[in-house]
Amino acid sequence: MKLSIYRYDPDKDARPYMQDYEVKLEPSDRMLLDALVKAKAQDDTLAFRRSCREGVCGSDAFNINGKNQLACITKLADLPEHVSVRPLPGLPVIRDLIVDMTQFFKQYHSIKPYVINNDPPPERERLQSPEEREELNGLYECILCACCSTACPSFWWNPDKFVGPAGLLQAYRFLADSRDQAASERLDNLEDPYRLFRCHTIMNCVDVCPKGLNPTKAINNIKEMLVKRAV
Amino acid sequence: MVKRLVVGAHYGLRDWLAQRITALIMALYSIVIGVVLITGVPVSYAVWKDFFAQGWVRIATLIFAASLAWHAWVGARDILMDYIKHDGLRLALEVVTVLLLATYLGWAIEILWR
Repeated sequence: MKLSIYRYDPDKDARPYMQDYEVKLEPSDRMLLDALVKAKAQDDTLAFRRSCREGVCGSDAFNINGKNQLACITKLADLPEHVSVRPLPGLPVIRDLIVDMTQFFKQYHSIKPYVINNDPPPERERLQSPEEREELNGLYECILCACCSTACPSFWWNPDKFVGPAGLLQAYRFLADSRDQAASERLDNLEDPYRLFRCHTIMNCVDVCPKGLNPTKAINNIKEMLVKRAV
Repeated sequence: MVKRLVVGAHYGLRDWLAQRITALIMALYSIVIGVVLITGVPVSYAVWKDFFAQGWVRIATLIFAASLAWHAWVGARDILMDYIKHDGLRLALEVVTVLLLATYLGWAIEILWR
């Protein structure tokens, strides 16, 4: 198969360019990551992140034929013969397919991604009913690969101010948690024309999420909570 | 000078909600006017004039025009917030937008009660 891969080394290259690789696939090669590893074996200057190779760590998110996906769970069988791989859009490129995720994680940290509970901890654990636990399904599975936030134009234009779909999904994950006591502070923190209301519901995030999650729905749930609090 | 980033304006919910409510009002008005136009054929100048001479039509149209202005304000400001990075330029464009929409609204009132 033919791979066109985005190459850029800021120390050497004046500008990014696409480099073609001809990769011979073995029957055991199932996912795009296998092909990328083969390309790297041909040319060890090629740089990309990868770790768990099974869609859990979120390291190998790239823009694959125009859509943000995880290379390790993108089946070669579903791809055409010629595949172009670019870094996630909207984030600064460190080298080749490696992007600087600082801005993304700054936004993630800004929503305080941990349970806030000021009661003395019980002897064993803070229990939830099965119904309360059910609320977290579709929220806790996020692996922070940044496919969604870097597919979102609002995040491209205002990455410093807009929390982005990944951060807002996580914000709702803690708003929905029965053990958390800081819902009001969390809503105060989000009630902002930039932090939350840059979302214009175009749903690119839902389209690309490799885990099949729905950040738009989570964002609407946050808005609904704000409405309930206000009216 | 170090540029410090500040967020936390604590508004936005009312505008977001208003945009949705004004959309509903406009949809309702459009349906009513559509039905009137379809059932009232042929529409001549006299029919049109009599129709808009009625008090409820004028009030409904005024509410529609106000909804449109408010809806457009939220939408236009969203676009400016998305794309215009320079704070001074954004404020200036927002003021222009408000003045323009206020003019349109005043103009609509003038036409309705002419």
